[in-house]
Amino acid sequence: MEVGVLALQGDFAEHIAVLKRLGVTGREIRLPEQLENINGLIIPGGESTTLSRLMSIYSMREPIEQMSRQGKAIWGTCAGMIMVAQEITEEDPVPLKLMDIGVLRNGFGRQVDSFEQDLQVIDLGPAPFHGVFIRAPVITRVGREVKVMATLPDGQPVAVRQGNLLATSFHPELTADNRLHQYFLDLIPQESSPSA
Amino acid sequence: MVDVLTGTDTVKAGHAQMLKGGVIMDVVTAEQARIAEEAGAVAVMALERVPADIRADGGVARMTDPSIICAIMDTVSIPVMAKVRIGHFVEAQILESLGVDYIDESEVLTPADEVHHVWKHDFKVPFVCGCRDLGEALRRISEGAAMIRTKGEAGTGDVVEAVRHMRAVQDNIRKLQTMPDDELVVEARDLGVSLDLLTQTRELGRLPTVNFAAGGVATPADAALMMQLGADGVFVGSGVFKSGDPAERGYAIVQAVTHYKDPKILAEVSKGLGEAMVGISTRSLPAEQLMAPRSI
Repeated sequence: MEVGVLALQGDFAEHIAVLKRLGVTGREIRLPEQLENINGLIIPGGESTTLSRLMSIYSMREPIEQMSRQGKAIWGTCAGMIMVAQEITEEDPVPLKLMDIGVLRNGFGRQVDSFEQDLQVIDLGPAPFHGVFIRAPVITRVGREVKVMATLPDGQPVAVRQGNLLATSFHPELTADNRLHQYFLDLIPQESSPSA
Repeated sequence: MVDVLTGTDTVKAGHAQMLKGGVIMDVVTAEQARIAEEAGAVAVMALERVPADIRADGGVARMTDPSIICAIMDTVSIPVMAKVRIGHFVEAQILESLGVDYIDESEVLTPADEVHHVWKHDFKVPFVCGCRDLGEALRRISEGAAMIRTKGEAGTGDVVEAVRHMRAVQDNIRKLQTMPDDELVVEARDLGVSLDLLTQTRELGRLPTVNFAAGGVATPADAALMMQLGADGVFVGSGVFKSGDPAERGYAIVQAVTHYKDPKILAEVSKGLGEAMVGISTRSLPAEQLMAPRSI
């Protein structure tokens, strides 16, 4: 199985390294045609304004939106979560509007406020998942079809799922814990024919 | 009770990971910062003068006026970096109190200490430092730098020193890969770094932190050259706002860093950018005007 990792900018190499630990090849995606035959896509951390501009100029939006309509699995971490959101608080960047959530960029503050905290993630068992939050976005609204998978102690959602869409405020790719990547791999539809 | 940790090595180095594949642009006003953000910069470096002007003006170059830095922080949503003089830990304390996202302990400013660098472990804010070779990079990492950039020669628009420094780092790491343990001990001594850090670098086959290129990048082709030589991203100092059309050139360099392996796209983004910065050949500079050798 090959999983696409959007490689316009950000920590795509870290995602590819985790996939490799799980025996899966991560394909760097910079142009729309590279999405062919890909049933799962990770949008990594990075700067969402940069990702948004590069997605627009290289016509990446429509094919990713189409992947989502076809029920393929898409996971956004940090800046990637901003990109998959339905709406964000500011006008810029322009999200892909895939998942029924609202997001506020840098909602936890600047870099000096970046933090690490253990989380309980439902569906991942009792062992805590170490959350690394870097200038992380805050989920401001959760739609009815969206399942909250993890929150901070104050109830703030930080991991959400809607069907085959996954979004996390934090960076599992910066830890040695493969569980969320494995969880995402399990969301990828297996039987889709390449020509679909 | 769940522990919340801030200012850790993980969040400092992790922030640099998020900048990878991106362009960090020098800006001197809030308006320039807005143009840089619009062009797709992953961060801006807030300065009073770009290196080309520091070079032209001479005199002592210091930390930027906090009011300029704050104006830039208020204007853009992307990370804001700012420079301190080498060894000037009070300038660093001031920048940390402003809430800047990254501090560059930079040879572009006039050094405050010719022996010691800032002990960067003491800070919550992460630091980036310059290097010309592997030893310099690892010494800065030992002091707590969470990100490295090769120095190049700032404010020249001449990429030759950036290439030299990137090649030096990569070459030295390649040599480590085949070095037997007994020679590695001697290498650690010669470079002035710990054996642990050198062993870690050998095992990784790269620097243990993110490594950007800096100092002389003026065109999309320069940026892609540094990426193909192994840079994780690029700093563009005077190259954007000393050119004829900063918005277009900035945008072109951003695209060149993403598509650095694709000559067709590089050709496309290089078209019609207008005047590049005039530049100074590094060879024509007398030794006392070079910035890169200001720290070792």
